Amino acid sequence: MRIPILKLYNYLLISIQTEIDDQTAIQFQEDLLNEIHKTGSQGVVIDLTSVEVIDSFIAKVLGDVVTMSDLMGAKVVLTGIQPAVAMTLIELGIHMRNVPTALDLEQGLLKLHQELGE
Amino acid sequence: MTTQSCVMIQKEWDIVAARQLGREIAKKIGVGTVDQARIATAVSEIARNIYLYAGKGKVCFDVIETIDQKGILITAEDSGPGIDDLSMAMEDGFSTSGGLGAGLPGVKRLMDEFDIKSEVGQGTQIKVIKWVR
Ligand SMILES: Nc1ncnc2c1ncn2[C@@H]1O[C@H](COP(=O)(O)OP(=O)(O)O)[C@@H](O)[C@H]1O
Ligand SMILES: [Mg+2]
Repeated sequence: MRIPILKLYNYLLISIQTEIDDQTAIQFQEDLLNEIHKTGSQGVVIDLTSVEVIDSFIAKVLGDVVTMSDLMGAKVVLTGIQPAVAMTLIELGIHMRNVPTALDLEQGLLKLHQELGE
Repeated sequence: MTTQSCVMIQKEWDIVAARQLGREIAKKIGVGTVDQARIATAVSEIARNIYLYAGKGKVCFDVIETIDQKGILITAEDSGPGIDDLSMAMEDGFSTSGGLGAGLPGVKRLMDEFDIKSEVGQGTQIKVIKWVR
């Protein structure tokens, strides 16, 4: 299973709609970095509205992908984290402090727009 | 008594299957949305630990009832290598695999009751309970 990555102007948009197993998460990490490289996109929004579980493994993959993209020169914003997921993450002890987030896809795009100074 | 349902853990997808079943059972007995997420996450953590460190094992679910409470009991068992220093393994950030080390201490915080037994060379058993509020 592969998570689709859409290109919109100079942004990449990802909406995670399915339950992700570890392999899918790792594959996504690789696919996204390749896509950033290929398209030269400077901004990425990963929308997590439909994601019901973020455990420590998925959190690590998401945190890593933000750092890796950053290294490549692309800003990633995570959007739409559900209230129950946010509470669970904090109780797990995962704070994702240096991960940019926004309420929804629209706010995420706005945030990128501001940060990239366009 | 109630019937027990189990998920055998031997491949990556079983981690997903286990957390889905955990959530489903929790929902059925009236657990709220946030606690459902806590349960699904806790199951994901213990199932992944089985897969990663023991290779295989199982996660079982029981609905338990006392005079004044109802809850879900989750038992995870494997016959893997066991945990050599339990108090270390229960510390935030401790990992022998380059993980976040958030699994075991996190599960303890997410659930209402937590019990772990582990014997080197024998395996590991974890029992956790979430009560319906
Ligand atoms: N079922 C198990 N069998 C053997 N060792 C385990 C098991 N579960 C956990 N451990 C050990 O405890 C450590 C901490 O586990 P955990 O808190 O889930 O963090 P992580 O999985 O990120 O390392 C693991 O790194 C591993 O060494
Ligand atoms: Mg773990």
